[in-house]
Amino acid sequence: MQTLKPYLRLAGLEPLVVRPETNFVNVGERTNVTGSKKFARLIREGNYEEALSVARQQVENGAQVLDINMDDALLDGKEAMVTYLNLLQSEPDIAKIPIMIDSSKFEIIEAGLKCVQGKCIVNSISMKEGEAKFIEQATICRDFGAAVIVMAFDEKGQADTMQRKVEISERAYQILVHQLNFPPQDIIFDINVFAVATGLEEHNNYGVDFIEATRIIKQKMPLTKISGGVSNLSFSFRGNEHVREAMHSVFLYHAIKAGMDMGIVNAGQLVVYDEIEPQLRDLCEDVILNRNNDNNQATEALIAFAETVKAKGKVQEKDERWRLEPVEKRLAHSLVNGITDYIEEDTFEALEKYPKPIDVIEGPLMDGMNIVGDLFGAGKMFLPQVVKSARVMKRSVAVLTPIIEQQKKAAPSTSPDGGGREGARILLATVKGDVHDIGKNIVGVVLGCNGYEIIDMGVMVPADKILDEAQKQQVDIIGLSGLITPSLDEMVHIAKEMKRRGMKQPLLIGGATTSRMHTAVKIAPEYGNGVVHVLDASRSVTVAGSLLNKEAKQPFLNDTATEYTKLKQGFENKKITKNYLSYTDAVANKYPIDWQNFVPVTPSFTGVKPVEVSIAELRPYIDWKPFFITWEMHGNFPAILTDEVVGKEATKLYNDANALLDKVIAQNWLTAKGIVGFWEAYAKDDTVVIPSPHGGDVEGTLTLNFLRQQIQKAATVPNLSLADFIAPSNSPNGGELEGGLSNPSLKAQAADYIGAFAVTIHGIEPHIIAFEATYDDYNKIMLQALADRLAEAFAEYLHEKTRKEYWGYATNEHLSNEELIQEKYLGIRPAPGYPACPDHTEKYKLFSLLNATELTGINLTESLAMYPASSVCGWYFAHPQSQYFGVGKIQQDQLEAYAKAKGVPLEYAQKWLAPVLE
Amino acid sequence: MTYLEQALQQRILVIDGAMGTMIQRHKLQEADYRGERFANWHTDVKGNNDLLSITQPEIIIGIHLQYLEAGADIIETNTFSATTIAMADYDMQSLAHELNVASAQCAKEAISRYYAKHGDAHKKFVAGAIGPLNKTLSLSPDVNNPGFRAVTFDEVVTAYTEQIDGLVKGGVDIILIETIFDTLNAKAAIFAAKQYFRQHPVPANAGGNSEGALPIMISGTITDASGRTLSGQTLEAFYTSVAHANPLSVGLNCALGAQEMRGHIEELSGLAACFTSAYPNAGLPNAMGEYDEQPHETAHFIEEWAQNGWVNIVGGCCGTTPDHIKHIADHVKTIKPRPRPVVEVAL
Repeated sequence: MQTLKPYLRLAGLEPLVVRPETNFVNVGERTNVTGSKKFARLIREGNYEEALSVARQQVENGAQVLDINMDDALLDGKEAMVTYLNLLQSEPDIAKIPIMIDSSKFEIIEAGLKCVQGKCIVNSISMKEGEAKFIEQATICRDFGAAVIVMAFDEKGQADTMQRKVEISERAYQILVHQLNFPPQDIIFDINVFAVATGLEEHNNYGVDFIEATRIIKQKMPLTKISGGVSNLSFSFRGNEHVREAMHSVFLYHAIKAGMDMGIVNAGQLVVYDEIEPQLRDLCEDVILNRNNDNNQATEALIAFAETVKAKGKVQEKDERWRLEPVEKRLAHSLVNGITDYIEEDTFEALEKYPKPIDVIEGPLMDGMNIVGDLFGAGKMFLPQVVKSARVMKRSVAVLTPIIEQQKKAAPSTSPDGGGREGARILLATVKGDVHDIGKNIVGVVLGCNGYEIIDMGVMVPADKILDEAQKQQVDIIGLSGLITPSLDEMVHIAKEMKRRGMKQPLLIGGATTSRMHTAVKIAPEYGNGVVHVLDASRSVTVAGSLLNKEAKQPFLNDTATEYTKLKQGFENKKITKNYLSYTDAVANKYPIDWQNFVPVTPSFTGVKPVEVSIAELRPYIDWKPFFITWEMHGNFPAILTDEVVGKEATKLYNDANALLDKVIAQNWLTAKGIVGFWEAYAKDDTVVIPSPHGGDVEGTLTLNFLRQQIQKAATVPNLSLADFIAPSNSPNGGELEGGLSNPSLKAQAADYIGAFAVTIHGIEPHIIAFEATYDDYNKIMLQALADRLAEAFAEYLHEKTRKEYWGYATNEHLSNEELIQEKYLGIRPAPGYPACPDHTEKYKLFSLLNATELTGINLTESLAMYPASSVCGWYFAHPQSQYFGVGKIQQDQLEAYAKAKGVPLEYAQKWLAPVLE
Repeated sequence: MTYLEQALQQRILVIDGAMGTMIQRHKLQEADYRGERFANWHTDVKGNNDLLSITQPEIIIGIHLQYLEAGADIIETNTFSATTIAMADYDMQSLAHELNVASAQCAKEAISRYYAKHGDAHKKFVAGAIGPLNKTLSLSPDVNNPGFRAVTFDEVVTAYTEQIDGLVKGGVDIILIETIFDTLNAKAAIFAAKQYFRQHPVPANAGGNSEGALPIMISGTITDASGRTLSGQTLEAFYTSVAHANPLSVGLNCALGAQEMRGHIEELSGLAACFTSAYPNAGLPNAMGEYDEQPHETAHFIEEWAQNGWVNIVGGCCGTTPDHIKHIADHVKTIKPRPRPVVEVAL
């Protein structure tokens, strides 16, 4: 039978469960106008922005509950409470913790309760004005689901002695629990911390009264909680923070032992009990426990001591308390928080404690990485943090590896570790013809974090090389990655090869162009020992986990196979339902443009022109959204920076990216090279003809081949081809135009222009190598991702320059970067291999027109990927009605016509157009 | 112990499926929505599904009946938007109360017709559905002013109080606060219910509990893979924030299909001191916004939850049909319900 414990459970955006082992709940007190002059001033001035940062600081300093108080004579407390709480709800890093609504006016408490979705604590209610009022207020609190702090205060006044504290608490408990059905665990007694060492002898026992009353209340009413405002205690030492902090620590040490559960404390200003200098600690203990205190002796001694210490004005510094923990905890802390500062020294320290370096890896380091893995799995850590953790791990392992090697050499035969295999081995590679590896690198890091040994073969790896290595190293899983569509065929090929070789390892498929559907339909049927599509890096962990678990593996593969079979069947059944036009009919339904009244804008030059631009100039053109997607953070920019869930980490990532970008720019790491060109052109059927620059006819004339949508559209919706956006020939042969055009510069048959461009970012390699040398995957992936973004930014920049100046068809355009990203401009820049013109091999023509390889240093691989990987190319279409679209599937008749028009064998066309064929 | 609680301890109860999906099948036009009474209403009312309880009661009763025939033990009133706040879209604020009464009566009528045909050995229940509103208390609709709220807590309490009054007067057996994406809206509904039943206690022989209140079911909505509500709470934080309702059940519905909901239901089952409920969508919507998951698929997922002992009340949300409910009911019929956890008295 399932049982539940009657814990005090509170909630902000996240839960807070107060368990016996919770020890002590820190309640942040700086967001209290009665306690903080700064906060009071900010609220009075209406500077809520900064007032929020006070709350944030509290949370960062370890407050688990946030006390908010707006009781100030100069304020409309109710309005201030509502405004502040409403603003606070949109700050997820603050709103994650529960709120304590603090006021002496119940109407302010009620107003506050109406603003907070979580389970709050009300601070406070009491029997000061009698039982009726108390019952009324407690009932309202219960209607909101809030826990309550009950002040030890009744009709006669505040409880000062132990006896009164216990008495009032018991009376309140009776009413709440037995009369109102209030859950006892939701009752918190504040039994009044009063100032000691005031010089008045009757105050001397206040500390003891509190501590002893705590003990008794917890015995009599064990589910209730005890709280108190600790800073009252040291009121007589105002200005001497050193002594006050020591007093608070000593008091809490004893009160917590007696059962105190929570208190209003400045979490950033507590010294550790053991760290207080012994003399001061003893003096505090005497005062608080009222020992050796006849005739105020203890008080006098503490006052005397206080005068000897200068109040140390503490500056806000990093919380380094974790450095006091044992080395295992420190290693884990560094790993979880991605801190590299101490990792080498801590690793060396661990070596003293563990007999063998390998034990450090398998013990504390793996323990730490397991925490990281768990947190990531639970969505409590995000990808950039995990990559940082991996960096810490690698640094530590780098310290240990030479020692392990040394020991192996010294005692090769006796070492039990020699040659042994620790974790499972996973081979990763980007397939032949493809150069993109950011995603694969991320998967490698994430899997590495989960204890797997990763063999990363890099990019453009031929099938036999991958499979030879896999067999030689006896890997447990093979993972393939690819970004461009031809890579899909290569993956199918590898699957076939694995079957032929009789391999047993499961095959994982990933990368931007891959899909579950393609894997199910094309790859999985080729290899019987498991093919799984992995959507992203976080998924890779669970998939690898299932595949490497003896019991889970077969069921998982069976489930996947069943699912893929179903997908495949569904896919095959669906095919029948789609209606296609004959190619002839599709051509007849082309996009109607009134060419009669069209006058093309003449570009400022024809032929090609190299373009150089600094990285600094490209920076504002960066579209950040895909950058965050690379890191598996999905959302719009800049909204993602303040996203409730990932906002904090997204902001960190963004700041890190910009810091690296600053460095890239300051130290000239990267160069942007581009080329742009324009040519006279005319459309003929579904081709665009660029006549020879020398005039004349066939010699030097280039024909670009485009594909046309063939799916049946709704009435009046055209079947598009990019050729539709270029004016047809105005020569009598073309015969399509009679009115003729009046642009005298155009050659006889050309009626229009087409443009093309290619841009690239050079220079990341040495820096990637340098990052690899320092085990810094985080910055390696960051630099790759930034280079990709810069290439895209360059394309955006160049397109704008083309519209406004080089071609000049939109000289009056004024668009913000946001509008650019939303493609609000006129004209398009589709790339061969992408949906509007899916034939990758047209890139050969684009490159030869631009002389791109020579002028920009971009090479085409056999799969038509561009190297450097951070490169973009495309055609320019200027017609105002030109638009992006996807060709979709084409039919056999178009395939045949296309092959014929392009002058290539049918099989060749079939191979390269596979993604758009049924 | 009420009859409902006894039933919940003996078997898994089935709640009905989507109302909207079923209404769509009737392909109703503006004139159908208006009926005679609102023929001259000054705004378009097509899409105001709750209005059909007044203008096309036979359609609504018919849908309820289909679900009852399919095996639903609990049917939800057609009142998802029947508040003054949500009805403002049609300028029908003044009808809110009447809509609740009429909708509850439609559901009651369906049950009496069902009893007339099958006898009343299997008792059926009406849950008065309280939706999330189109205005939210924790989120600002204005990105430039995060402190702004389109509605106040007191306004929401007033609207919900009126709805509860209508539902109770119409004769519902349960108050169901559902599709909660902002916990503060739900807290306003809980607040309204607590105050309402304190002022209008329901006697035990009319289904009232020890506090004189009708049982309250609470059903939140986890919007995506982040595992949080739209207003940002984790599931456990959400549960903690509504536990004071002393609910009959807490559960999840909408936004996710059963497959995506599974982990959350498992978690909730480990947290909740009360009964648990789950009525997911029929999978995730496809590119056309339609739900493809077949009845046997949904039922298969839910059966597994039942076998794991995670649930007490199951059914369907968007895209589910009487066919789905029938499959679900058949699959869970013989499976033992989740036993209610024991809350210990000591730490």
